[in-house]
Amino acid sequence: MSKILMKGNDAVLRAAILAGCRQYFGYPITPASEIAESAAYYMPRAGGTFIQAESEVAAINMVYGAAGAGGRVLTASSSPGISLKQEGVSYAAGAELPSVIININRAGPGLGNIAPEQSDYNQLCKGGGHGNYKTPVLAPNCVQEFVDLVRKAFELAEDYRTPVYLLADGVIGQMMEPVEFPEPVMELPRKDWALYADKESKHNLISSIQLEPNDLEALNVHLQEKYARLQEKEVMVEEYRTEDAEYVFTGFGIVSRILRSAVDDLRKQGMKVGLIRPITLMPFPEKEMAALADRVKSFLCVELNNGQMLQDVKLAIQCRRPVHFYNRMGGNIPTTDEVVQAALSCFKEA
Amino acid sequence: MATNKILSKPDAFYENFERSANADKKTTHYCPGCGHGHVHKIMAEALRDFEVADHSVLVSPVGCSVFAYYYFDVGNIQAAHGRAPAVATGVKRTHPHSIVMSYQGDGDLAAIGTSEIIHAANRGEHITVIFINNAIYGMTGGQMAPTTLIDQKSSTSPYGRSAENEGYPIHVAELLNSLQAPVFIERTSLHTPQHINRTRKAIRRALQAQIDKKGFTFVEVLSPCPSGWKLNPVDSMKWIEENMLKNFPLGNLRDRIDETPARERATIELTRDMLLKKLDLLKPESTMPARTTVEERFQDPEILAAGFGGQGIMLLGVAVAEAGMREGYQSSWIPAYGPEMRGGTANCSVRVSEREIGSPMVHNPNILLAFNRPSLEKFEADARPGGVIFYDSSLIDIVPARTDCDIVPIPFTKLADELGNTRIANMVAFGALVGYTNLLNLETCLEALHTVVKRRNLVELNQQAVRKGFEVGQEMRRQAR
Repeated sequence: MSKILMKGNDAVLRAAILAGCRQYFGYPITPASEIAESAAYYMPRAGGTFIQAESEVAAINMVYGAAGAGGRVLTASSSPGISLKQEGVSYAAGAELPSVIININRAGPGLGNIAPEQSDYNQLCKGGGHGNYKTPVLAPNCVQEFVDLVRKAFELAEDYRTPVYLLADGVIGQMMEPVEFPEPVMELPRKDWALYADKESKHNLISSIQLEPNDLEALNVHLQEKYARLQEKEVMVEEYRTEDAEYVFTGFGIVSRILRSAVDDLRKQGMKVGLIRPITLMPFPEKEMAALADRVKSFLCVELNNGQMLQDVKLAIQCRRPVHFYNRMGGNIPTTDEVVQAALSCFKEA
Repeated sequence: MATNKILSKPDAFYENFERSANADKKTTHYCPGCGHGHVHKIMAEALRDFEVADHSVLVSPVGCSVFAYYYFDVGNIQAAHGRAPAVATGVKRTHPHSIVMSYQGDGDLAAIGTSEIIHAANRGEHITVIFINNAIYGMTGGQMAPTTLIDQKSSTSPYGRSAENEGYPIHVAELLNSLQAPVFIERTSLHTPQHINRTRKAIRRALQAQIDKKGFTFVEVLSPCPSGWKLNPVDSMKWIEENMLKNFPLGNLRDRIDETPARERATIELTRDMLLKKLDLLKPESTMPARTTVEERFQDPEILAAGFGGQGIMLLGVAVAEAGMREGYQSSWIPAYGPEMRGGTANCSVRVSEREIGSPMVHNPNILLAFNRPSLEKFEADARPGGVIFYDSSLIDIVPARTDCDIVPIPFTKLADELGNTRIANMVAFGALVGYTNLLNLETCLEALHTVVKRRNLVELNQQAVRKGFEVGQEMRRQAR
């Protein structure tokens, strides 16, 4: 298909439909509302369902019901709305129900503002709700990747029977870029555990309750094995000009685009700088980070938050190299020059 | 035969309750004298008699009936506290042919799940909700429910429920009866065999209505909880009669089943091409237009366009990005986001590049287009040396001071007015940008407007504006040389 110039929030919804998603349950919130608006327009045209739920809580529980019924189902929100959904995500993780949840991260805490932040890293990557669960988190940095990753998210969700987050921000959501859409998925295989309201599936049970501690421990062990398998097999990471790098930037999402420009600028000044960008935040590219730590002098982690991925970088390399940190919060995005200056001062120290 | 039917266990129940953790797989986990068993049996008999058990899904709530899935030989899904109607919505919308029952107690439905029940009812979801009202939290050990009666003692109303502190019992059937969508609302009780029989009739009518695709049906059942009430089963029945009935009058509040036509969502089967068309993604493959030769200083430009909201700044940016894409460049467009929005300017960043685009946010443009004075004042200093500053000389009464950039005053608005529409000043600027920098082919830009300008009858006018701007831009360039 030829390329189409499209906004991230609109593109991701249409890509979800192409991925076979036919159910969308959501609640309006800036800056994610365009996804719901696009769903309201396109879902009925594609023979699917769009419901504007009465709350984020209801929306995620509709997702739970549709997922239990075997559908490919999507919801989207922004940070305060994601906080509200966490109860339902925990239940879905416990009942092992696949779904895709998009978070267009806005600035917090509280009502905050609608500008971009990456302050939901912990909320998404570390479980977020109650219980010993985690969810895969994919962080696109351009509209094309937003489109590609929503399909990947559905596949991961079903392969691993888990909710999967796409973590983007207002920039990715509002930005227009050329997109090439993949071929549509026209048929989905039947899930042997789901409820199709027929004789074959009626003995299936969707539940997260396990009264016996031993049974619940077994479920928890099973979940941890699942996360270990994800860590083993599903890490996605991009490295840019790291082959000969002495210093590396790390950052995800929109920040990585700025870092890429900063790498080019610093290279022009003769500094051997590279970039490692986690595409999956959970599972985190631990091995790749550790491998770089063998070769480089120091890291500079740049985030639009108070240093949340920073902790994972330090853990991954077991603090064998200095990990510097530069951040903006509250909805501010650093300029390329700002990052270059930060790099010049901390890489010199190292 | 009739006797046999009454005495047999309906096959919508499992023969043995294998999911139960109890050693005894034949009896339920409910306390002696509890009402759940009556209601379960009524439901199971209806599912059998209507021959719908195989395509039914039961949503178990949080409460004593959390384990309803031990017993019903139907599809089972267990919901979070209060969320059963939302979960039921998800199931039913995914499988419109399914028969979905949401089974909830008073804490679940009338306290934590108030929002879900009201909105599921208000949407007229094609589900049947069975609401067990026993005026107490049974499973958690006898705490106060939203339906607990005034002066009724519970572990969290040890002095009796007081209206001052806790308000009054909620009448859910009456609440739902204020909504337009439900087709059936009834309150029944289990305190005598006659009332159990009426409950049976109500539940069967509600379920039949769902089978007939009529809409949302709701049955509230006043049900004994001897353990929670600390009464024996016989006294519990008396307590319903003497106390609950006064507060919760029995009877049918609404039955619009017969006059409601069956409603069914049409299912759509789409081929690949039909789907793409519905998604507005079916675009004819086009050959890549030829590119221009771009002077080095304008290659991979970073463009910032700024003006008042309403001057078409955003559309101008989109047009540049669209045309760039059509010539096979990487391109990006992003509206100003955050604090830059203040101070009377709306602006957007556009990049058109041979290589992968790093930051899409433009802070130091080598092409700046200013449509009003605040924008020029704000961004002039940010322009990159060797770049170009276009400004609308019909609206801006100052002259940029920069000497290290090309300064190109063009009366965008005046030229647009001459073409008959002030609103196409943005397209005059688009043409001027391209005419001056030779960044893109004029033809590509004119074609791009077919996508960018949403109102088809305005495409030609916009194209005229681009042509006009292009001529002026080329002329300015000749003069600059």
